[in-house]
Amino acid sequence: MSDKKAKYKEVAYYPGCALEGSGHAYNRSTRALGDKLGLKLKEVDNWNCCGAMEVKNIDPKIQTYLSSRVMSIAANKMKQDVVMAPCNGCYHNLKKAEYDLANDQKSVEVVDRLSKKAGHETYQAGQVETIHALDWIKDSIGEEGLKERVKNSLEGIKIANYYGCMYTRPRHIFPEKDAGPGSESTLKPHFMDDLLESAGAENVDFPLKTACCGGAHTLSDSDTSTRLVANILQTAEAAGAEVIATECPTCHSGLEMHQIRAEKTLGIKTHVKIIYFTQLLGLALGLKPKKVGLHENVSDSFDFVKKKGLT
Amino acid sequence: MNSLADIGLRLEKLIGQPPVTADAEELLALGEQSLEQWVIAKGREPTQDQREGFRLLALHRQGAEKDPSFNACRETCRELVWHYNLLTLQPDHPESGQTARMMGWVANHLYLFISGKIETEQLGDFCCASKPLREKVDEDRAAQ
Repeated sequence: MSDKKAKYKEVAYYPGCALEGSGHAYNRSTRALGDKLGLKLKEVDNWNCCGAMEVKNIDPKIQTYLSSRVMSIAANKMKQDVVMAPCNGCYHNLKKAEYDLANDQKSVEVVDRLSKKAGHETYQAGQVETIHALDWIKDSIGEEGLKERVKNSLEGIKIANYYGCMYTRPRHIFPEKDAGPGSESTLKPHFMDDLLESAGAENVDFPLKTACCGGAHTLSDSDTSTRLVANILQTAEAAGAEVIATECPTCHSGLEMHQIRAEKTLGIKTHVKIIYFTQLLGLALGLKPKKVGLHENVSDSFDFVKKKGLT
Repeated sequence: MNSLADIGLRLEKLIGQPPVTADAEELLALGEQSLEQWVIAKGREPTQDQREGFRLLALHRQGAEKDPSFNACRETCRELVWHYNLLTLQPDHPESGQTARMMGWVANHLYLFISGKIETEQLGDFCCASKPLREKVDEDRAAQ
């Protein structure tokens, strides 16, 4: 058994705020998938916001502290050495905090001061490894492991894999990516493609895998977000996709909401379904649509999955 | 030089046709023009340099200086170059029609991203890093 395979069998789980709200389907399907695959998730005790965009834009060091607190609890209180964050925003922020604490003395000082004030142990760089849900499945189960477990093949389903902009950017906070064979690529990410293909799906050649969806400003500048999303949806359809697979709650919600808005405000109607990769894998492993939270998506994919024999 | 509105209209027309192999040069040029608009909006002279053989990539690099959030279109620029290479190096490839079509959508995404960033009154506040907006607010407060 590889190091990662054993290491990722049980991880600290940091769902983050979005997965308790608009992205609950992602939370539900991630947990259900873990159960089905025999992987254990231990939710981080009393976790807090990672600092997301709002705090980071006002004071980046406060964001570093907030993310460090999550990692400190996982490491010092729960004695875990891996934190899994399915949300791209959380994943990105924890990785950024890790980088800052390893490379910036000022960040170390601020985090130490605030941690002492808050009454918890200061997180030290390197105490935990932060991974995404894609790493978790890819490295603990892998393509071969998934193939062996598939009950309802995704065969015949054409998928455009959409990773969003925060899974790979900025490159310097993801030292494990672009690290040779088997590692994830920041230019053309492929982990989601690999996993869904192993469950039988046909991935289409989709050139906007990491393009901006306007997610962070979906409410403050809705028109721009709608135009960007409409372009992503139309590109996916032009590539032949029936489904856009997602791995970020902000991207997912943005695609769903602006798919509706694009029709209303721009007259652009698209039919492509927007489904979390964890929902697709769960269905492929024989989980029921409700078990993976399909009813919690804004867009209605029930008829589609039924037609494809996934119920 | 084409305005952003002109670029948008031309892309809309091309995508509607849809684009063919022979449109590769124009789609690349429309991408460069979109980037030029961004560089000019930041008060700089668009570079004539090339990076990895493409002015488009040099313009992107110039646009991202002191504004890392602009890297959110980095891969979009590289995809545009990738599609251009496919079309010009193998124009008779059986998949060229689809490649040209996708190049049109990619060029459109770059245009939409840049026009979205410029459209808002405070340059740069559209994207994830709202530093320019914050600086402007600070300047306004200091002036009061």
